[in-house]
Amino acid sequence: MAGSIPNPHADDVVIDVRDLRYAIGERVIFDGLDLSVRRGRVTAIMGPSGTGKTTLLRLITGQNEPQRGVVKVWGKDVPAMSQTELFRMRRRMGMLFQSGALLTDLDVYENVAFPLREHTDLPESLVRQLVLTKLQAVGLRGAIDMLPAELSGGMARRVALARAIVMDPELLIYDEPFAGLDPISMGVIVRLIEEMNEALGLTSIVVSHDVQELATIAHDSYLLSEGKVVASGSPAELQRSDQQIVRQFMAGQADGPVPFHYPAPDYQAQLLGEVER
Amino acid sequence: MSALRGVIDGPAQAVRRIGAVTLFLLQVLAQIPAALRRPGFIVAQIYNAGGRSLIIIMLSGLFVGMVLGLQGFDLLQRFGSEDALGVAAALGLLKELGPVVTALLFAGRAGTALTSEIGLMRATDQLTAMQMMAVDPVRRIVAPRFLGGLIAVPLLTAIFNIVGVFGAQLIGVSLMGVDSGAFWSQMQSAVEIDDVTEGVIKSIVFGAACSLVAVYEGYHAQPTAAGVGLATTRTVVTSSVLILFLDYILTAAFL
Repeated sequence: MAGSIPNPHADDVVIDVRDLRYAIGERVIFDGLDLSVRRGRVTAIMGPSGTGKTTLLRLITGQNEPQRGVVKVWGKDVPAMSQTELFRMRRRMGMLFQSGALLTDLDVYENVAFPLREHTDLPESLVRQLVLTKLQAVGLRGAIDMLPAELSGGMARRVALARAIVMDPELLIYDEPFAGLDPISMGVIVRLIEEMNEALGLTSIVVSHDVQELATIAHDSYLLSEGKVVASGSPAELQRSDQQIVRQFMAGQADGPVPFHYPAPDYQAQLLGEVER
Repeated sequence: MSALRGVIDGPAQAVRRIGAVTLFLLQVLAQIPAALRRPGFIVAQIYNAGGRSLIIIMLSGLFVGMVLGLQGFDLLQRFGSEDALGVAAALGLLKELGPVVTALLFAGRAGTALTSEIGLMRATDQLTAMQMMAVDPVRRIVAPRFLGGLIAVPLLTAIFNIVGVFGAQLIGVSLMGVDSGAFWSQMQSAVEIDDVTEGVIKSIVFGAACSLVAVYEGYHAQPTAAGVGLATTRTVVTSSVLILFLDYILTAAFL
């Protein structure tokens, strides 16, 4: 059953999701999902691929609407927000996309400066200073003139991180920040997530399935499977869990409660041609 | 039953699509005041869509004008009225060929570029990223491109017409020996301001239609390689048919 959800002081909760149900057509993604993110902490959201981790982020940031349940961010109901309110909320968050999602026709400098130019009338000298500071923080001040196409995957993600923090958000959301990175870049990103959270006093949500990396930085973690939270707690607690599904996921076993085989008709029958295709 | 469904589905889908495009147009129109506050982006798009189509427009204009010169001369001399070649060429270009051919070329040259650009932005999460940065992509990306196209097409049409008249003159006067004075003076006295207005209105309507189709298809493209390709094709097909359809409607309205 879902692990005990911490019951912190109300004003300490940044994100509160209760009894969430979300389906795309016939396919139910979430059914009865509960989760909360507390201020100043790094919260990991883990789960096998295809459990809707990214969809959960879309629901939290108001890009999709749930069919049922409560999604509250900073105490306000997200699905009920107007476009203006959504934009006001999003200005307080930064999001790091898996692909980086840098604007391909702008160079690194302009990409990081983009939110400033869109939302503020700061003089160029100040924009420059802010951009340089953030690029220095991710170690890419030297790449200032490069175009996104010239960056490696890890670099693009760091530039995107600089862009995500340039407006000094209170909440940073990382969507699969470790996917497809070499060990060094991975180490850099892990360090940056930790440092950002400490130095800037942020709240961070990290969606990933890289158990080892998350274990070193996450304070809280949730394991999603089949539309629900199947376990929660600190990464160490999850490691010690004797729930089968948790053990399968944490240890990376091929078969278990999450079956190796995608549901299929009977193998023998299909080979013998008794099933179509 | 399924046959009936097939009969109904086609038109139903067409109606749904027209509705979707109209809603998108309203969405874009609502963002135009905000987009106008940053004219730099619009100017960049006029250059992108218009400036870069200049060569193809001028070249096509020249050839269309030259063909008009040849065909017009051949036709008019049968009635012994080759002096009217200037009028024929000017009216043909101003009222029909200028706006229509320019818009068709624009759809092929600039419309496809717009669609694939916006479609790829969608496919690479750039539009979602903007939304997450509290920036409305319709205001920041779509509206300036729509306005850029809307402004570029009438300007391109004017250039097309000028080059076209020059081409007709080149063939008619220099090659076929029509009297230069008759060519220009007949044109001057016969072409009314209404003829010019008709062409201008047509080119504005075509510009709006082409740009709208291009940005709509790009913005709603399936975020895959095949999806963007398909959207680009649809831009050309839809724009072309729409231009010719609107041309008929407008011509009928002006007569």
